[in-house]
Amino acid sequence: MSNRGNTVTEGIDWIVVWLYALLVTIGILCIFMVEYKPETNWLSSFIGGKTNYSKQLIFGGVCALAATFVLLTDSKLFTAFANLLYAFGILLMLATFVVGKNINGSRSWIPLGGGFNLQPAELCKIFTALALSKFLSRQETEFTRLRSQLIAGALIAAPAVLSIAQHELGLALVYSAFLLPMYREGLPAQIMIYGSSFAVLVIATLIVEPNTLAIALTVVAAIIFFIVRKYAKRSKGLLALVVVLWLVCVGVQRFVVPYIFNNVLECYQSTRIYSMVGKDYDCSLNKKSQRKEGEKAARKPDDYNVRQSKIAIGSGGYFGKGFLKGTQTRGKYVPEQHTDFIFTSLGEAFGLTGCIAFLCIYLFMLYRIIRIAERQRSTFSRVYAYSVASILFFHIAVNVSMTIGLFPIVGIPLPLISYGGSSLLTFTVLIFILLRLDADRQMVLR
Amino acid sequence: MPVFNQSRRRVIQIIFAAVFLVIAGQLVNLQVFSAKYKLAAENNAVLRKVIYPDRGIIFDRKRKAILENTISYDLMVTPSDAKGVDTFALCGLLNIDTAEFKKRMRELTFKNGWVKQSAFQSLLSPEMYARLNENIYKYNGFTLMERSVRTYPYGVAGHLLGYVREVDTGYLRRHDGEGYQQGDYAGRTGLEATYEKVLMGQRGVKNYIRDNKSRIQGSYENGVYDTTAIAGKNIYTSVDVDLQKLGEKLMSNKVGSIVAIDPRTGGILCMISAPTYDPNYLTGTDQRKHFAEMSLDPRQPFNNRGLGTYYSPGSTFKTVVGIIGLTEGVIDERTTVSCPGYFTGCGNGKPKCLDKGVFNFTNAVAHSDNSYFSTVYKRFLEQRKFPNTDSALSAFKAYAASFGLGGKLGVDLPAEKQGLIPLADNYHKEFGPRIYPCNLISNAIGQGKVLTTLAQLANVMAIIANRGWYYTPHLVDSIEGNDEYDMLAPYKTKHYTDKRIPDSIYTAVQDGMQAVVEYGTAVRSKIPDIVFCGKTGTVENYAKVNGVVKKQPDHSFFGAFAPRNNPKIAIAVIVENSDQGARVAAPIASLLIEKYLKDSIRGPERKAMEEEYTKRVYIPPYMQVLINQRDSLKRARAAEKLLEEERKQSEETESDSTTSQELIQPEDADRPARKAPAPVKPKPLKQAVAMLQTEEKKYKRAK
Repeated sequence: MSNRGNTVTEGIDWIVVWLYALLVTIGILCIFMVEYKPETNWLSSFIGGKTNYSKQLIFGGVCALAATFVLLTDSKLFTAFANLLYAFGILLMLATFVVGKNINGSRSWIPLGGGFNLQPAELCKIFTALALSKFLSRQETEFTRLRSQLIAGALIAAPAVLSIAQHELGLALVYSAFLLPMYREGLPAQIMIYGSSFAVLVIATLIVEPNTLAIALTVVAAIIFFIVRKYAKRSKGLLALVVVLWLVCVGVQRFVVPYIFNNVLECYQSTRIYSMVGKDYDCSLNKKSQRKEGEKAARKPDDYNVRQSKIAIGSGGYFGKGFLKGTQTRGKYVPEQHTDFIFTSLGEAFGLTGCIAFLCIYLFMLYRIIRIAERQRSTFSRVYAYSVASILFFHIAVNVSMTIGLFPIVGIPLPLISYGGSSLLTFTVLIFILLRLDADRQMVLR
Repeated sequence: MPVFNQSRRRVIQIIFAAVFLVIAGQLVNLQVFSAKYKLAAENNAVLRKVIYPDRGIIFDRKRKAILENTISYDLMVTPSDAKGVDTFALCGLLNIDTAEFKKRMRELTFKNGWVKQSAFQSLLSPEMYARLNENIYKYNGFTLMERSVRTYPYGVAGHLLGYVREVDTGYLRRHDGEGYQQGDYAGRTGLEATYEKVLMGQRGVKNYIRDNKSRIQGSYENGVYDTTAIAGKNIYTSVDVDLQKLGEKLMSNKVGSIVAIDPRTGGILCMISAPTYDPNYLTGTDQRKHFAEMSLDPRQPFNNRGLGTYYSPGSTFKTVVGIIGLTEGVIDERTTVSCPGYFTGCGNGKPKCLDKGVFNFTNAVAHSDNSYFSTVYKRFLEQRKFPNTDSALSAFKAYAASFGLGGKLGVDLPAEKQGLIPLADNYHKEFGPRIYPCNLISNAIGQGKVLTTLAQLANVMAIIANRGWYYTPHLVDSIEGNDEYDMLAPYKTKHYTDKRIPDSIYTAVQDGMQAVVEYGTAVRSKIPDIVFCGKTGTVENYAKVNGVVKKQPDHSFFGAFAPRNNPKIAIAVIVENSDQGARVAAPIASLLIEKYLKDSIRGPERKAMEEEYTKRVYIPPYMQVLINQRDSLKRARAAEKLLEEERKQSEETESDSTTSQELIQPEDADRPARKAPAPVKPKPLKQAVAMLQTEEKKYKRAK
């Protein structure tokens, strides 16, 4: 890339480029670790294009081309086409319902021919980031107003809802990452607080017995009521607030959470979430599994994946077993190790040291992107940069957390590392658009 | 406006850092503090494969291998690879039908999985192996795998050699910490069990990496943790396989035992327990079935009667009584006792004696005079130096103990019994606190409460032959290399009989025993050119048949050693429920002595004797009843089946069922007839013989 013209390379943040290249290289080596067989000639199989690491190498090449192409474009292009691209993305997602191809139980792929498939939901992340940036950078947008917040929310929610309809819960969750750029742009902190409170309540509902929790909540409410009773005499509103809050809390733990688990989520999703806190979920309560009972016998809920993944990482110890020496990796004990569970190969081979170093690379990259975001003159670029950082962060956090048993298993790839052309291309484009925008940070983009 | 929110940059950075910290915390937890994951990973991925060395070979005294290893082949199959196989042709080679083929495939896929190799048919016969080996390339997924199996070239000495079997949980519990694991084979009886440590060798371990479907991916850490297998050591026994073979032949269709010892070394020359079995019967494809069949057999073929069954020694015990009496001085060689037909000492007319007359010591031994030895025993017990009978019994036991009686000899085979020389305690229940010698007289003639194993009796013969010393009878002379576990040490110490016994007494007893053969009870067993000493024994016995205790035909005993000067073999024989000692056991012993000393049975007369005793059938009546019960059940079932079929075919008449359910009642033989007595009614006997012979054949594996 360094031999390109000065006009193109000018202003490019090379640190991010090098981090990007480093991560993609690590990714290919990780996939190599997973697929390595001692008896094959690795050099020829790298070139051969038959194995996954060789394919990933090819994807890397394609992505380099795509990155160059992105860098060669004009920043104004992205602002100009942001809404159009968003509309196109939504259209593509809708199209999956018509021409979608079923891969691993989700109809979220559009066959491109030649064995390649496109997952519009992946691309939609970029388009949504662009559209959100565009919307927030509009001069007429007053983000403190509820109306603007709702519109921004709708922009994000649309692809998320479509993803859920495609049975891609993981991808839908990614869209919640956009809360961070919105927060940066002035979304009231209360929303974040309410959100996290709700999350805490949900987790509490899972862990604690329903009745115990209800009593605990009542006790807390009573104590608060006791403390504030002096003020309550003066304003009835405060009293009402406490009562309403109590009602909402109990309502959530009593009705909303069971409703979500039994009616919204699939049986296996509920099972995975319950297994996180070490409990069994009774699938007979699940409406969706009941409907499907005629089609297929419910598979025995099993946390095999997480168990094996934890074993692989846990057996790494301080310094790991060494490159290509992971017994769990070579024995293929971890399912989907080259895609969603790629982190396990790293954890087993390089241990705690390797994992921390690897996470530091990510964290450094995220902080670098935030730094880039803050040096933008235009809101568009800043919002976009925050979106990129948030999306990356969300992917990393969720993916790594699920491999070490901190988060239920959702199919989210590890950015730039996991095998998969679609995902790699998406992140490449996502990052290089940012770099293009950053290179033109002196311009004010609307 | 964005300016106002600049502080939120920090908040976002903190959120990022916090989440990463949580992740790092969990990583520390998993990778540093949870040892269980390392263990789980090893359990997952490292396959410890035990490499079994060949077990040691067991040789006889002439360095002939009587138990060795052979290669057998298992037909292995990997179900996932076995696609497009010409099932019909393969079934043709294996002599099975396609239904059986499918059933087996289904079963082993269920047991071992689709991608793992498992045994389709183990221990192929040589012909089958030859046929398969030529064609195996045609059948994908099928391979022939060799494995080492025990084989018995002579097909004899099953009781001595024992067998190896897969260890069970009980065995694992008893041998905890010796490195056995489920699926291992270990010697379970006989020499295989006693010398397991030596024979098994040292197992090697190979560590492999295996994948999630248990397929081997390569060696673990390039084999640095692997150990090599060291083959088991060979052991050299004192057994004479030809003698053993002849003994087993002579004991066919009889129940009993033979033990022969080399008196100079204590080495066991042969130990036969009848009914015996071809040990190869327990190694082939159907070993499981055969094990079950034999352990349910009423004749108890697994019982080693040389060590594991108590017998009243009968008149052979008189030698010991005589020696003790002479030593104590209650009689001397010239003492005579007369017998009017019964023992007069106690006034109850018991025991009876066969030959009336006056006997000195030599003749008393030669004619096995009951009165003489009853007198000796009574006089011994009534000696003034003993305050009461109790202490006299203790003194007697001490003498007997120096002859290796009343306690385990320590033969290097498992399941040896100790026998009994009674003390006063054994009688108090029966006779109250005070015991009189007259209550105990039957001990004098080796009946009553005296119990010995046949090996002990053979050892007594060896002691008399040696004139007062013996080595503990044993089978193993030496172990290849060195005896690192000191297993042979007990057989290197010379044991002496009571020091008070002078050499002259042994001469007297030997004179008597020579007279037994020269002109006494066993005169018909005389071997022309061998001077040998023997003592017959005829033991009355009772058994419960169908709930009624009945007198059974006598046990026939004979103890002997030969030649008298420089003895080379001491032998004891029992044939259960046959006849007098002189009629069955003595000839068998004489044949074995001749075979051992002269290497063959010489002369037409002796050959005819060998033939005759091979053919004789002595099945104890109580056992016959059990056999018949078993067989009639079988036949009843077969007949029922037949009837059922007949009924189905034509419903014309109720045909008379020919189920032979009549039980053979043993004849109440008070004293067996003079001529070849039939222990059971003649007609059913023939049936039984026919049946038994086929059964014996069944135990011999077709070669």
